[in-house]
Amino acid sequence: MLTDEPGQDAYKASNPGISAASPRRTGGDLVQLISPEGERISHPEFDLWVSDVTDEQLCSLYEDMLVIRRIDAEATALQRQGELALWPPLLGQEASQIGAGRALRDDDFVFPSYRDNGVAYCRGVEPTDLVRAWRGNALSGWDPYRYNIATQQIIIGSQSLHATGYAMGIQNDGADSVAVALFGDGATSEGDVSEAMVFAASFQVPVVFICQNNHWAISEPVRIQSHIQIADRASGFGIPAIRVDGNDVLAVLAVTRIALDRARKGGGPTFIEAVTYRMGPHTTADDPTRYRDANELEDWAAKDPIARLKALLLTKGLLTEEVEAQAQAKADEVARKLRAGVINMPDPAPLDLFKHVYSTPNSWIERQRDHYSRYLESFNGSTQEGAL
Amino acid sequence: MIKEFRLPDLGEGLTESEILSWKVAVGDTVALNQVIAEVETAKAVVELPSPFAGTVAALHEQAGSVVEVGKPIVSFEVDDAGAAPSGGADTAARASGEGASKESPAETAAKREPNLVGYGAVLEKSGRPARRQRSFEAGSVAEPAAAVEPAAAEPAAVEPADVEPMAEREPAAEQERPRSTPPVRKLARDLGIDLGLVKGTGPGGLITRSDVQDFAAGSRPQPEGEVTPEASAVADSQGRETRTPIKGVRKFTAAAMVQSAFTAPHVTEFLTVDVTSTMELLARLKASREFAGYKLTPLTIAAKAVLIALRRNPTLNSRWDESAQEIVQFNYVNLGIAAATPLGLTVPNIKDADKMTLPELSAALSELTDTARSGKTAPADLAGGTISITNIGVFGIDAGTPILNPGEAAIVALGSVRKAPWVYNDEVVVRQVMSLSLSFDHRLVDGEQGSKFLADLGAILSDPAMVMTMV
Repeated sequence: MLTDEPGQDAYKASNPGISAASPRRTGGDLVQLISPEGERISHPEFDLWVSDVTDEQLCSLYEDMLVIRRIDAEATALQRQGELALWPPLLGQEASQIGAGRALRDDDFVFPSYRDNGVAYCRGVEPTDLVRAWRGNALSGWDPYRYNIATQQIIIGSQSLHATGYAMGIQNDGADSVAVALFGDGATSEGDVSEAMVFAASFQVPVVFICQNNHWAISEPVRIQSHIQIADRASGFGIPAIRVDGNDVLAVLAVTRIALDRARKGGGPTFIEAVTYRMGPHTTADDPTRYRDANELEDWAAKDPIARLKALLLTKGLLTEEVEAQAQAKADEVARKLRAGVINMPDPAPLDLFKHVYSTPNSWIERQRDHYSRYLESFNGSTQEGAL
Repeated sequence: MIKEFRLPDLGEGLTESEILSWKVAVGDTVALNQVIAEVETAKAVVELPSPFAGTVAALHEQAGSVVEVGKPIVSFEVDDAGAAPSGGADTAARASGEGASKESPAETAAKREPNLVGYGAVLEKSGRPARRQRSFEAGSVAEPAAAVEPAAAEPAAVEPADVEPMAEREPAAEQERPRSTPPVRKLARDLGIDLGLVKGTGPGGLITRSDVQDFAAGSRPQPEGEVTPEASAVADSQGRETRTPIKGVRKFTAAAMVQSAFTAPHVTEFLTVDVTSTMELLARLKASREFAGYKLTPLTIAAKAVLIALRRNPTLNSRWDESAQEIVQFNYVNLGIAAATPLGLTVPNIKDADKMTLPELSAALSELTDTARSGKTAPADLAGGTISITNIGVFGIDAGTPILNPGEAAIVALGSVRKAPWVYNDEVVVRQVMSLSLSFDHRLVDGEQGSKFLADLGAILSDPAMVMTMV
């Protein structure tokens, strides 16, 4: 039932003493509740954690994945049309993001990477706000405290430190909320993530590390980055890890709930490796055909997260034409709003740059603002905020 | 209405793309986000989705053409109703829709092309105040230079007379900090050289280590209309400093010293010896008929002692040949003698000094010093030395750390001979003592060889009879 064969060969290649038959790993087999063909797989331990999911909720998970894929496609098109400077597509990772995002409580705090737009959508961030920063319009598309999700981090993996620090704060407060760090397979090769895991384990703080192993750190395949399963890296820090089929929304929901529950009860950090696949380019400025095999994409297309849930819903007779039409209509409406929101987004005023540096008045920033304002005036003799 | 679609920046900071193929033709009806073309950028081949729903009115560029970012590539006939939400290229609509501008939409559109996310950075053509150039911080850089080596700043003082006014200079070349590397900057600072005065010969005018060394060696270009030392001295005599152009012997000496000091790792050893016996020998020789008419000094004896000691320690009579990557050991000795002349230091040498008898050596020394003092030393006599002696004792000095004459492996400094309390036969008595200072190039002379040489030299001078055991 393993959905990721890559990585197995690596054991032989560089660790002659470790065979593929007895790999050095603790993450366990891939947790899977829906097969790629859409069959519901029973699992006594993990079924418990999704037994409350109603048919209606299963349909809403489908709708969320459909919507976020549509947002992603629309944003990609908007970039091609010159409306966004850049966009990091999440195509293929919908189940990982919606499954994780829907497991969270409102008072949990998420520290996402640039690609985690699905999680941000689950937190209630408006689609237009998702692309605001990618248009170069704002440094952050939203107020992190309004949705309890931080600004998307561009620096690889550094949000794991923020999450761990936030979790230390939760621990000091004696609260039962959880900090969640989202990052990719490449980030686990970064020092920041290692440091975050050291501190998380040392202080046993309520943090969940969710690694979406999408198999590619831009053009670097995961099998070269790690000769053991990504989840097994966590065991070196003394952090329990779970490997989950990242294209199975139900399984991701289940393991995220387990990790959150452990954290709330003082059980410390958990590392989740959601094994998924980035079906698109790293960003719109990338061309994956230059470094990866088309067959690989084909293999993963067969494990598509949305097709899989759709097959299950059809089998269960839940996906009526009405439900399907409603989900499509929602996706179309969100895409239309996104496009209109982007195209009519006012350019920021040049002086807006100084607004969010300090929360309180600061004479040095005031001085810089004043200088810049006079610099702008030198162009035409009058400052027109927002109309430059 | 007609809507234009301009080629966007499809990557991050691209300036152009090639249209590989059109997927639509004039007259085709297209839907929003329908693929209309395949485009290759420097980074990737991408499909262009249509920003409008409508009819293709015109294709402005042929397949195969390379198009600059921001140029219109296709026009669409669009329903007026459908235009507003998808009017991506229409800045005017956007600005007026938001009402943020106090200018009319038409004005905005005319003055300002869609920028950054829309069509890449627009060339700033005019109206922009010129950026203030980075100024060369003369104060901070030149100050230490002046303190260490006043002469280094001299060309700058003369320069303004024969250079163009600042305004006509190339701003980048003249206003930026001189281009160099941190180690070379440090070298320049250590040598007290203002990099602003050094001409770089590296790529793009980069100032290299050898540029600084050449400059330090005095090869900096002299300003035209060079003043004579006399004139200069007169002109400046009123002031608090006297400036003398670096040239001639001073220039040569400086070059030699810098080259030597910064290529050969110097080690200096000292030995103080009782030379009473040598002074007694000197007195006897002076009284002998054989040496009548010869000028005998402690230097004469010391020079002979050096030549004898060198036979047992030939390593010190050698040269490090960097270019050939070889150590050259000389089987002859051209003995250099540092001579103070009115023009400065020179180190003429006595050719094949090791073949000479003591009277011959004495005569050669006399001739050499006389010639040097009269400033008539031939260039050939200054070249080809293999080891040198500097007699600092004549100035009443005991010891020092002499710098090697370039190309040589050792130099001996002779201190003054003075009476001093000395332990002799286990009693403190007054004896004539002398300090010997030996510097050697540690690349090719080890401490053992240098020390043995110095010990031999000391043994001969403290007891000239020891020569019996050495030759």
